[in-house]
Amino acid sequence: MRLSYPTDIRIVRVPCTGKVDLIHILRAFEKGADGVSVVGCMEGDCHYNSGNFRAKKRVDQARKILDTVGIGAERVRMYNLSSSEGPRFAQYAEEMAEMIRELGPNPVRKTLQRENHQTGGER
Amino acid sequence: MIVADKKPLEEIIEQIKDCGRLLVLGCNECVTVCEAGGKKEVGVLASSLRMFFLKEGREVKIDERTLERQCDPEYMEEIRNVADGYDAIVSIACGVGVQFTAEHYPRQRVYPGVNTCFMGATEARGLWTERCQGCGQCILAETGGICPVARCAKRLFNGPCGGSTGGKCEISKETDCAWQLIVDRLQALGKMADYERIAPIKDWSKDRAGGPRKIVREDVKE
Repeated sequence: MRLSYPTDIRIVRVPCTGKVDLIHILRAFEKGADGVSVVGCMEGDCHYNSGNFRAKKRVDQARKILDTVGIGAERVRMYNLSSSEGPRFAQYAEEMAEMIRELGPNPVRKTLQRENHQTGGER
Repeated sequence: MIVADKKPLEEIIEQIKDCGRLLVLGCNECVTVCEAGGKKEVGVLASSLRMFFLKEGREVKIDERTLERQCDPEYMEEIRNVADGYDAIVSIACGVGVQFTAEHYPRQRVYPGVNTCFMGATEARGLWTERCQGCGQCILAETGGICPVARCAKRLFNGPCGGSTGGKCEISKETDCAWQLIVDRLQALGKMADYERIAPIKDWSKDRAGGPRKIVREDVKE
């Protein structure tokens, strides 16, 4: 298909979105990610029956926490699509990147960069 | 087990926001099972707090540790060498663990990260219900293994009361009438004769009415 999607997205492959735990989403933000989208199978189509529903709950938990700490719930999203929907994946990736560009960088980045500058290394 | 529920993150932030070095301390026992204060929850709370401080532009050292139990001195000693390095400890064990931590480390401020609720059972994942109030004088032998102290809203010993309708308690349609459960079970066991016996007045001095309680066992004491 040779579809293009934004280059500033890093893909982390997991066997099922049910593998994505709350701490994985939070750590991404703690380390400076501007947004996280969890892309799972269509609801009802999970190979492991309920993996994507578990992920959905964890995304909701992450949204609550991010709102409370002032980073913002809108930076996390859950998308559902089937593995054959390449164009839709590209569309969602574009949509996410566009939304993040509007929101601006993760507010923790400023402090992280200052710390890195002081310690002279990557966290 | 002792069942606890997570405290709202806002409440914890409010308590610790002026700290510079913080330890989030979990417990591997009851609160791990009820998913409120185990290693996983320590990670989530510590990460959330780190993000809060980073967003505020502050560098706060937040470490994570989970003890096997926070209600036993030998496990409590495991943080002896590092405790002085922190301004405060957020203990997400039950109220026992929080107090035991405070007793062992009097120089550190200790804050609770959960609300300790009751002694109960896991009915299903995400559903915990009360079973015991630790009244100090167990009467389960007479009541078919169902406790009227913990499960009857009025703690009746000769129930049910007039508020029992269709097996439910008058306080809520979702709450089973403990005495209905007791009668049903005694019937099923063919032990209704037990139900006919009037229960004597309970000695409440063994409950909280007698003040804080303790057990001294000379046979196991060292």
